[in-house]
This record gives sequence, structure tokens and C-alpha cells, in this order.
Amino acid sequence: MNPTKNGYFGQFGGRFVPETLVKALDELTAVYTRELKNKAFNSKLAYYHKHFIGRTTPLYYAENLTKHLKGPKIYLKREDVCHTGSHKINNTIGQVLLAKEIGKTRIIAETGAGQHGVATATAAALFSMKCEVYMGEEDVARQAMNVERMKLLGATVVPVKSGTKTLKDAINEAMRDWVTNVENTFYVIGSVIGPHPYPLMVRTFQSIIGKEAKKQIMQAEGKLPDYLVACVGGGSNSMGLFAPFYNDKKVKMVGVEAGGLGVNTNKHSASITGGSVGILHGTKTYLLQDKYGQVLPTHSISAGLDYPGVGPEHSFYNDSKRAEYKAVNDKEALNAFHLLSEIEGIIPALEPAHAIAYLIKNARAFKKNDVIVVCLSGRGDKDLDIVNNQL
Amino acid sequence: MMKNNLEIKLDSLKKANRKALICYITAGHPDLNTSEKIIEYLYESGTDIVEIGLPFSDPIADGPVIQASSHKALLKGVNTDKIFTLVSKVTKKTAMPVIIMTYLNPVFKYGIERFFKAAQTAGVSGLIVPDATPESAGIFEKTARKYNISVIYLLAPTTVKNRQKLIINRSTGFVYIVSLTGVTGPRSKFDGSIENFVKGLKKQTKKPLMLGFGISNPQQIKSIKKSIDGIIIGSALIKAIENSNKNTLKSNIDKFIKPFRRELDR
Repeated sequence: MNPTKNGYFGQFGGRFVPETLVKALDELTAVYTRELKNKAFNSKLAYYHKHFIGRTTPLYYAENLTKHLKGPKIYLKREDVCHTGSHKINNTIGQVLLAKEIGKTRIIAETGAGQHGVATATAAALFSMKCEVYMGEEDVARQAMNVERMKLLGATVVPVKSGTKTLKDAINEAMRDWVTNVENTFYVIGSVIGPHPYPLMVRTFQSIIGKEAKKQIMQAEGKLPDYLVACVGGGSNSMGLFAPFYNDKKVKMVGVEAGGLGVNTNKHSASITGGSVGILHGTKTYLLQDKYGQVLPTHSISAGLDYPGVGPEHSFYNDSKRAEYKAVNDKEALNAFHLLSEIEGIIPALEPAHAIAYLIKNARAFKKNDVIVVCLSGRGDKDLDIVNNQL
Repeated sequence: MMKNNLEIKLDSLKKANRKALICYITAGHPDLNTSEKIIEYLYESGTDIVEIGLPFSDPIADGPVIQASSHKALLKGVNTDKIFTLVSKVTKKTAMPVIIMTYLNPVFKYGIERFFKAAQTAGVSGLIVPDATPESAGIFEKTARKYNISVIYLLAPTTVKNRQKLIINRSTGFVYIVSLTGVTGPRSKFDGSIENFVKGLKKQTKKPLMLGFGISNPQQIKSIKKSIDGIIIGSALIKAIENSNKNTLKSNIDKFIKPFRRELDR
């Protein structure tokens, strides 16, 4: 599925930004389009994938979980073993390489859980760039370890005190920085959100997840999976898994949103399940908003899913029924976190714990011989404080 | 099509060879009744056009002053309907044209047709949307025209040549020239290159060019004023009157506005 030249996936996407940024986005689109066809760029990317990130990541048959659920056959795409602990690094290496290509000297990023911040700081350190990361004050407090990691990597972490002090406000602040310093600064967006070409570009850099998984499942099972399941905040790990299977119409896809305390309360982050169409951070997509178009505060136990919008391509997948979007709540995610740790020896991040929770909840709805690929987008070390505080 | 209040005002300013003084306030900050008073006093102290900010939860083109005023106004329960009521009150009371400044989402979610219809009924004659460009504003430009509301685009120092033409052509009423690469908020002076930049634009068009972002004192506009048709002041005004009470509001507005008026008329 390719977007139109203006970045639309059906009615979703586009580029709704202050005029100041148009030149930079045009420039980025041109460089991105050119470099993706460039052999040297791609072999550089492949080199860092293999030797720096540690790809190919395993597709692991979760035999214990499969037996425990007495349901379908579950495979985990192990993005948690990527360098820095999550899939975020796939995208930041790509974007920082492009930044160098354009000649920018300064990198900025937003971060929620801190995983994208760490991945950006890592790529910036690797390619000798200055890096500043915007992070909501509330997230700085609940993801303290990642703040320390970013500092060790030489990045400056800027706590954001405006608005709701979480991911959405960190994005606002990063955009204001970019509007001000656009001449020398490259904004590394961490998900398939933002103005065109970001949703397309981030998807492309994350598609490595789905491309590998497709080969691996063919080897393991000799057929394509029946289902793909992944968590969706902005939706970069899920889109990275889904996109290479878009034309394989028999492969069903489920995006799992953060239901927080319940989608019927006002404390959740399930933009597709509980939102309506709007325009935020440069893109048209499903949003949590009131009837006047004011964006609502969100909640999730997982900082990485705590965002009121979602990638425009997911909105398109939803409306065109290519994928289904379901929510699981904080408690279900927490239970999944514990279960996977105990029976598989894998401590998942709270974000993909939502995807696991969906399987636990719906194990009976699948056929016993169904094959499911779940994206285990990151590891859970960063979440130990949050999990301990729940006890 | 019949000219709207904004266009009539701009014509008469041009005829009188007078530079426009345009003031921005955030509606509902500190409250709607005070907003009404502020607008009245702005008119009395020599403001030509008022830009009423319809606050948005995520104002990415705004600096700390307007972020804070928007946030406070929203906490107080200000919304689009209440702001249209405010507009209809002030357009009855003064002859000053009203422009609404807001972001795309409040317009989109309200319903584009419904938004412009209500705006026209209230007496709004122009709209400024900082996260819309001629390409993306396609979603509302036709509707704005139908309801005779000017669509004012922003033109930035980073706007390349062929886009300058596009923005000038598509703007109705006036063109909003952004004085700096950045967000709104008071700065003490302009970047040295901005004067040549506006001179270059002036050669391209007869449409009025209004300069905004960063204007905080009358000295700042001394040399640049001959190359433009007016100025837009926002954050500095909000700061100047923020701590006023009932008794000092009018005099604080006078004290802030009149030196700008004098400089523009000199």
C-alpha cells in the first residue's frame, strides 16, 4: 500500500504543518526517496542492521505459552533482543543516516517510554551528532532508567512541563524546536505519525520486522501466518510487521490498543477503538478529542502507548477493514507481563504485553491449528518500577 | 462578491495611506467578559483589526505566552460556541473587523461547513490557521469563500520563491508575513535579513503584507514599517495586560498600544 504523492492513505495522512516546515519536509521527501533507491545507502543500512542492531532477530516459537493457552501456535518476533532493547533502533539508524546525508548537525526527538529517546541518542552517538530529547515531565519520572541511559549516551533530556506533560506534549515541544531550528536540525520522529513523509518513512525503516518474519515463518511452518498481532500506540512496530503482508489477503491482522482503565472510561489511549477523525501533529487520523476538537488527556500503564493519536495508515487499515483494532486494559497487560516472564523466560515491555494479553483473552476464539506471529517489540527492564508499584 | 469588513477596512487604510495595527488576544483569557472589555479598549486605543484566538490544546506554532493563555482559557471552559457569541457581541459594539486565529482541528471537528456558517453569522471576516498551508487548506478554502471569509496564509522566511507566489495568490484579505523562523513570542529585535525579505515580497504583489511574530516594542518597527502594510502583535500584548485588574485594564492597554499607533502613523 503506497500513499499518494501528498502522503494520503485513503482519507488519512497528509501534511498539516506550519509554513516554516514545508521546505524541510520537501527536502526530506526528496532525500528519502533518492536514498532508498541508492545501493550504497541500503548496504550501509544493512551493515548496521547486522553488526550494530544484531539483526536478524529470531522468530521464536513460544511453545510454553502455546501449551498454556491450549490455543493457536504462537510465534514471537523478538524485537526485544535488538540493541537498546526495542524495535525503535531500526528507525533511528535510518533517519540519522538520512540526517547526515542532508547535512544537518543536530538531532532532536520526542520520547514517551524513553525507548525511542534511547534509540535516537544511540544513533546520534554512533554518527557523532548532537542530540536533544524532549520527554514529558511525567514520563521522566516513570521511566527514570531510560533518562539515565540517554544521558550516558551524551544526549540532553529536556523535561516538558506544558499541557499534559506526556508524549503528545513532548511532540509539541519537539515541533516548536524544529520550527525554530529547522535550518540545522533534523527531527527524528519515533512512530508512523506526523506529517508526510514521516509515516511512510518510519514504516519503511520498520518493515524489516515484517520482511524477516515472513521469511522465517515460511521456513518454520511452510505457510504464511493466519494472524499478525501487535500493540498500537503510534503504531510503528505493528506497521513494521503488517506492511509487508498487506497484499497477503489471507493473513489477518490485529492491532492492540491501550485500554487503560477501560475504553468506556476517559482513562485510556485507544484512539481507533474510542476516538474520532481529526488532525494532530501534522496528520489526519483517529484521535481522542472532545466535540470541539480539543485533544483529550490519555492514560495507559505503558508510557509508550500513552498517545491520543495513531498512525494514519492504521486509520486506513481500520476503515478499509484490512486490520482489526481491539483494546486491552492495564490489568490484562500486567497479567500478560507476568505470565510471559514466568513461563517463557522473557520479560516483555508493557507495550507488547498488550499484544500478549489480547492472545490470552481471546485464545479460545482462534482455531487450534492457527499460526500467529506476535511482535514482541521491546524488553521489560524499563518497566520494573511501574510493575513493582502496582503490587 | 461583496467585500467583507476586513477587506473594506484594508481598502480604507490603503486610501488613507495608513499602516494597520492588528492585535491578537486569546479568547477567554482571563475570562470571556474581560476578553470583551479588552477588545473594546483595543479599538478605543487605535487598533484597526482584532485577531481573536480560539484556543487549541496543542498549539505547535505558539511560544510559551500563547500556550499558557490558551491552556488557561480551555481550563476555564471556553469553547468554539462561546467564542462565536463573544464575536457577535463585539462586532455589534465596534466597527473593528474580527479575524479568528485557530488550528485546523477545532475547525475540522466542529464541521467545516458549520464552522464557517457560524463564523459568518457571528461577524467573523477572516481566518488564520497556522498549521494550514495552501496545499492542506484545500479542505476548507472553498467553504470559506462561500461564506465570504478571508483565508489568510502565513509566509515564512523559509518559504522558497515559487511557494511565495502560491501563498500570495491564495491569500485573501492580506498575507501574514512571519518575521522569524520560529514560534510566536516577544523578541527584542528582528533578524537583520527580514527587511530585505519583505522588500522582495512587496515587489511581487499589491496585496497588503502584515508582519507578525516577535513584535514587542515600537522601536523594532521603525525602519521596516515603510516596507509593510501593518503589524500584528500578540504575545507582548498578552504579557503587558496580564496582571491588570478592572481599574487598570484600560490604562494598561492604552499605555501599550498608543506608542505602536504613534510609530505606525509617524
